[in-house]
Amino acid sequence: MKKTKILLVEKSPMVVQGLTTILNEGTEFEVAAVADSLDRIAERLIVVKPDLIVLNPQLVDYSKRHSFRVLFQDSPQVPIVALVYSYFDQQWLKSFNGIIEITDDRKHIESVLNEVAQADNGHSESPELYELSEREREVLVEVANGLSNKEIATKLHISVHTAITHRKNIVKKTGIKSVAGLTVYAMLNNLM
Amino acid sequence: MFTPKMKLADVILSNPSLTLILQRFHIELGFGEKTVAEVCLANGIADSFFLLICNVYTNNAYLPSMEELKNTDMTLLVPYLVASHGYYLDERIPHIEKHLDRIAEACPKSHKDILQRFFRDYKGEVENHFQYEEKTVFPYIESLRKGEPCSGYSINQFEENHSNIEDKLNDLTNIIIKYLPGNIMPKERVSVLFDIFQLSGDLNKHSLIEEKILIPYVETMERSQR
Repeated sequence: MKKTKILLVEKSPMVVQGLTTILNEGTEFEVAAVADSLDRIAERLIVVKPDLIVLNPQLVDYSKRHSFRVLFQDSPQVPIVALVYSYFDQQWLKSFNGIIEITDDRKHIESVLNEVAQADNGHSESPELYELSEREREVLVEVANGLSNKEIATKLHISVHTAITHRKNIVKKTGIKSVAGLTVYAMLNNLM
Repeated sequence: MFTPKMKLADVILSNPSLTLILQRFHIELGFGEKTVAEVCLANGIADSFFLLICNVYTNNAYLPSMEELKNTDMTLLVPYLVASHGYYLDERIPHIEKHLDRIAEACPKSHKDILQRFFRDYKGEVENHFQYEEKTVFPYIESLRKGEPCSGYSINQFEENHSNIEDKLNDLTNIIIKYLPGNIMPKERVSVLFDIFQLSGDLNKHSLIEEKILIPYVETMERSQR
């Protein structure tokens, strides 16, 4: 069976060696390449074509935090998992597709990577998912009108759970979290 | 990590955003070759606290341990936070607002109103947030520090109410980058984006200081008073 290829972006030889050993022995993943700094990523991406990137957020300069994905623009659909061993701003960590911690055991690491690898398939195959669906637009308008999840569910004849899922997808696609922000979005797009 | 014996100029040059920190400690530029310890002494600032802030701003991975917090002189914690509030409210936010107004003026009327209302509401939220801290939380901390009895409030309540004021700024960047029609004030938009990134980075550190330094510090004081 073909293994899922990982590009590991990490400076510490100890950590590189450790994670490589853990993954290469008996998991579906393999560390196919290592980059010890962000500058080396572009060349590795072209050569290795990884399915997944594991990156130590510490290597990203503070000022570049919001924009570091630019480095991966040649393969924008490849998910990036943070390899964390110190404190980071939670808000920022959320922008990664998954998080593994230095203290995690093999089983946990494997399950995080599996989840991320599988979630990715949906995205890369159907880029139209990035546009809001008709239903999501309807939900968005009601959010902007100030309705609660429960009220939205009743009005659109869907379950509360479905309403929440739509809302989550709206936030994921637009990057906008606050109701006020979503209202601006709805108005700029002439949805209301 | 920065130390008291380093030249202050070297500290600032290694992380230019610390220039802003100087302002909040009322340290004036022109300190020549003086070390951090010397400049702090001359300005009546505990260098342990000054360095704590510089290190938190510079090293993303760094957070002080309880032990380090215990050995740090926290006299200036509240004045520092108040000075930061002043900088955000009196300088950065009005500056961004002015730019945004200009962008809004170039938009169709309906867009103009919604953009301006969004930012006005955001500004109001930030003002309330800071005001709550300055009227309720900070006086409480100062009386704790003086060992005065203070019942009826505890830092837990602050923890619960500590709302996130960074989300809306992120929303605003998304709106400006993705959804405002491209032909509207392109140059102005790029420059306002930089301003927002800078403010949002600074606010992130500010919240980090409140959540990971201020709260644990006050909890320790609360425990020792009981």
